[in-house]
Amino acid sequence: MIPVSFDYQRPSTVDEAVQALSAAGDDGKVLAGGQSLIPMLRLRLSAPSVLIDLGALADLRGIREDGDGLLIGAMTRHADVLANPLVRRYVPLLAQATATVADRQVRHLGTLGGSLAHADPAGDLPAVAVALDATMEIAGPDGQRTVPAGDFFVDYLTTALGPADVLLGVRFPSHEGWGTHYEKFQRMAQAWALVGVAATVRRENGTIAEARVALTNMGPVPVRARAVEDALTGAASTADAIAAAAGLAGEGTRPTSDLTASAEYRAHLATVLTGRAVSAAAGVG
Amino acid sequence: MTITSQAPAAEVGAARKRKEDARLITGQTMWTENIVVPGMLHMAILRSPLGHARISRIDTAPALREPNVVAAFSGRDVADVQGSLPCAWPVTAELVMPAHPPLAVDEVCHTGEAVAVVVARDRASAVDALAAIEIDYEPLPVVLDLEAALADGADLVHTDQTTNKAYTWIFDSAQAGTGGAVDEAASGAEVVIRRRYRQQRLIPAFMEPRSVVVDATGDQVTVWSATQIPHVLRFLLAVGTGTPEHRVRVVAPDVGGGFGGKLQVTPEEMITYLASKRAGRPVKYTETRSDSLLSAHHGRDMIQDIELSARRDGTVLGLNVRLTANMGAYLGLVGPGVPILGAFMYNAIYKFPAYRFECTGVFTNTTFTDAYRGAGRPEATYAIERIMDELAVEVGLDPLEVRRRNWIGHEEFPFTTVAGLTYDSGNYEAATDRAKQLLGYDELRREQAARRASGDPVQLGIGVSTYTEMCGLAPSRVLGSLRYGAGGWESASIRVLPTGKIEVVTGSSPHGQGHETAWSQIVADQLGVAFEDVEVLHGDTRTAYKGMDTYGSRSLAVGGFALVNACKKVIDKAKPVAAHLLECDVSDVEFADGAFRVRGTPDGGRSLADCALAVFAAHDLPDGVEPTLDADDVYDPVNFSFPHGTHLCAVEVDTETGRVTIRAYVAVDDVGRVVNPMIVEGQVHGGVAQGVAQALFEEAVYDADGNLLTGTFVDYTPPSAADLPDIVSDRTETPAPDHPLGTKGVGEAGTIASTPAVVNAVVDALRPYGVDDVPMPCTPERVWQAIRNGGGQS
Ligand SMILES: Cc1cc2nc3c(=O)[nH]c(=O)nc-3n(C[C@H](O)[C@H](O)[C@H](O)COP(=O)(O)OP(=O)(O)OC[C@H]3O[C@@H](n4cnc5c(N)ncnc54)[C@H](O)[C@@H]3O)c2cc1C
Repeated sequence: MIPVSFDYQRPSTVDEAVQALSAAGDDGKVLAGGQSLIPMLRLRLSAPSVLIDLGALADLRGIREDGDGLLIGAMTRHADVLANPLVRRYVPLLAQATATVADRQVRHLGTLGGSLAHADPAGDLPAVAVALDATMEIAGPDGQRTVPAGDFFVDYLTTALGPADVLLGVRFPSHEGWGTHYEKFQRMAQAWALVGVAATVRRENGTIAEARVALTNMGPVPVRARAVEDALTGAASTADAIAAAAGLAGEGTRPTSDLTASAEYRAHLATVLTGRAVSAAAGVG
Repeated sequence: MTITSQAPAAEVGAARKRKEDARLITGQTMWTENIVVPGMLHMAILRSPLGHARISRIDTAPALREPNVVAAFSGRDVADVQGSLPCAWPVTAELVMPAHPPLAVDEVCHTGEAVAVVVARDRASAVDALAAIEIDYEPLPVVLDLEAALADGADLVHTDQTTNKAYTWIFDSAQAGTGGAVDEAASGAEVVIRRRYRQQRLIPAFMEPRSVVVDATGDQVTVWSATQIPHVLRFLLAVGTGTPEHRVRVVAPDVGGGFGGKLQVTPEEMITYLASKRAGRPVKYTETRSDSLLSAHHGRDMIQDIELSARRDGTVLGLNVRLTANMGAYLGLVGPGVPILGAFMYNAIYKFPAYRFECTGVFTNTTFTDAYRGAGRPEATYAIERIMDELAVEVGLDPLEVRRRNWIGHEEFPFTTVAGLTYDSGNYEAATDRAKQLLGYDELRREQAARRASGDPVQLGIGVSTYTEMCGLAPSRVLGSLRYGAGGWESASIRVLPTGKIEVVTGSSPHGQGHETAWSQIVADQLGVAFEDVEVLHGDTRTAYKGMDTYGSRSLAVGGFALVNACKKVIDKAKPVAAHLLECDVSDVEFADGAFRVRGTPDGGRSLADCALAVFAAHDLPDGVEPTLDADDVYDPVNFSFPHGTHLCAVEVDTETGRVTIRAYVAVDDVGRVVNPMIVEGQVHGGVAQGVAQALFEEAVYDADGNLLTGTFVDYTPPSAADLPDIVSDRTETPAPDHPLGTKGVGEAGTIASTPAVVNAVVDALRPYGVDDVPMPCTPERVWQAIRNGGGQS
């Protein structure tokens, strides 16, 4: 369809972007890769009066080492995340999950920041950010601030970003030495997840010393599977122990029933996929 | 021109790359949406958001005050002139046919039904101004369930009708004299199997959305439309609007797919015509994908109640079929006839002695249904191939063995079936043997047994589908006996230009099938000209005024026949000219290998181009020789075309998640002689993709209020290449005995064969879990549910 008409601005600094958003009040929208926003405009599910395109902010694009980890600019495209050797070294989980996002065309336009800011419960990268303990760098009318991934996702399509905030980048602590895996289950090869599981595991002497498990699409925001994590922590790195822990994956989740899957089926998938994700991360089976 | 005795290489049979592809693939061509006519305006359509409602008030005047708007009107403004959209296949005399106004007047009967339009100087302004139209609806009860719709006291789909039943159509072999009575067969049977299958609703989902430009400003009405049927449209537009037929020109420019979805005289075409009349300007309407999924006609959607009676040795004694078919809210152009096309196919390749078929068409408050690739025949093939597998399980035979015990042997052709058709040719044994070998059937059965024994969470299933179909639509007399509104002939014209180049005019109307290439290959061989020297013209009723268009795998089977006949007439006309040039008697001229020669004289022949130049100048023609080589032919087929084949599919089913993965797919098709193997393979691949889509992926879903939930490609999920297996496509070749080229249709075969092959494989994998059916599409969740309901591994 054809979007409602809107104004278009392309600021050349972050400050200008924040000012433009402030001026627009609740009526402005940031445009990143447009892969979620444009379809919403075309279906007239969203009708902002002004789009503020971050495409000219070169500082928001790129990946660099930063302390004990990586800082990835919000405007970095999925394809650039995928191709980056630092990502493969420090946070291979992010590369693995990004490879499952949509198709080649979408990955060449869509951005990491856009995926997180959009916060679609079926999106793959929010759960990955949670499992990797990422933090969000945000600029707003009151200056810059940092929000941990666990606090960033507030509700369905809602984040800690205010109407005049710009997500600048995402900081990922290094997971060198961890085992990680993203297990995605989708109906179509290039589709959104029915359920996804991001698992990270640190092993010491045949036991699991630390584990983080985050679930995609098991509620309005990514869900930390804390019961699973607790059961894994200190457990032997064996198929039986992992299976027992995975059985707890449904705890604390609020899956929906929709056209693609019932809540009951999602809950079932969560346990199966958690078992598979943790096993792969722990190198078991 | 010097002619040597060297015969040119045969074009027919060569895997020529398609000459039309460069422009179709790049899109740099005349799609209807690319057409711009001077003074053209743009139209947007307001569609009903409700499944069933009375329009208590509608006011389009506020839209006229919006920027760039030229006209706005609703069904009430055109109620006297808009007429009713045609249904050309009233299958019974008692058929209930509700009026189908292009724009709803007082009542809307499905979501997406057009209620009003805005015409503006640009498309965006037209879309924006729709919001200004004021409209009040009084909701009415929405009828969706087929069986509830037929119950006494059911709410009505159309408040001005007294029933939701459109028709009941019956074929009984005992009455027709083609076989016995099914009740007798069942009462004497050792095995009776009853099953209910559900053909889910599908959406044709052609790649190019529908688009139409109408210029009705002068004496002439010109329509450019992304349609499969320019000729049918011209006729019905002339009759429907009262415009003299010679003043109506319809052009189907390049058309990007149809699959039956553009075999329709659409509300949008009529509304655009009305808009052009009212605005006094040419008007364009191009639908969005959302409009298309919602309002272009849907396909399938029927309940199949099947009863098969047999002996313990697997011999079938009788087949009883009861269909309940969803027409949607209105009767489409050929909608009522679609399930009837299947009536002759439930007995498939088998020698059943008794057969009964009954179909009841039912109205519901949904988008109307009509032809979709295969139209009635995929449904029939699905039901019979599914239940033959159930019979195999019941009597403890391999599914291919049960089929072999019932099918028509290759030595038995021609064979008149229990449904009254005479199959001209076939060799089911050969196709099946080849398919088994290509798949490695016996090895896979061994692997399946091993996985079952070890309780592997990933189980293997092998699915079988041995199919035939009736295509090449169709002998006009048969169509007449089925109350179809038109004939089934096809035309071809050959124009020999003075330089010897050829223009071919075909009455079929390709929309992606590659006719330009295939027709050129045929003509090159028939006339001894180069492939590059043939231009194929189609789709414009001013150039190709006579035609029945493209659907039902008919273009080559019927149109190819006319083409060969026309070529023969050209040669006959050229012979006296050649004789004159060769200074011999006509009876001494022979045409072979592309040249006219004096019989027994290998050198010194004349080409068709020599003759063409001679008739162009016409200075020196023998008396009585007409100075042209052009020729026409119209061919009415004497029988249908009966391609057949065996498709085998191996799937892996993850029993923990329910995911189905196709591991191997083998299609051995017998489409008679092949003109272009690359085109045939393309048709098979595309057809299989659509059949797999029905088996595993696609379904149009309405909620309880009649809203289409699958209104975008995120929700209505056609597979991409990444979802599909590598398809091994091979052929056996049993030439059609009555066709000059020996060809049979191939356009629908893949779709017809593949759906049961895939579902049979899924069910086969899950037999040990007590599963004997998974409703389509076999989504992971449905497979998982079936495993749970099946009661675990036995
Ligand atoms: C066909 C298709 C399939 C897809 N499949 C998947 C999939 O399988 N998995 C998956 O995870 N995703 C999928 N996506 C979504 C894809 O990953 C998008 O790229 C992503 O959701 C949005 O990124 P974007 O850069 O395009 O953002 P945009 O569409 O431009 O913006 C999305 C939202 O985020 C806001 N926003 C964007 N950037 C910022 C910023 N820096 N600061 C503040 N707000 C911002 C925008 O205002 C808007 O509200 C799919 C998309 C399509 C079209």
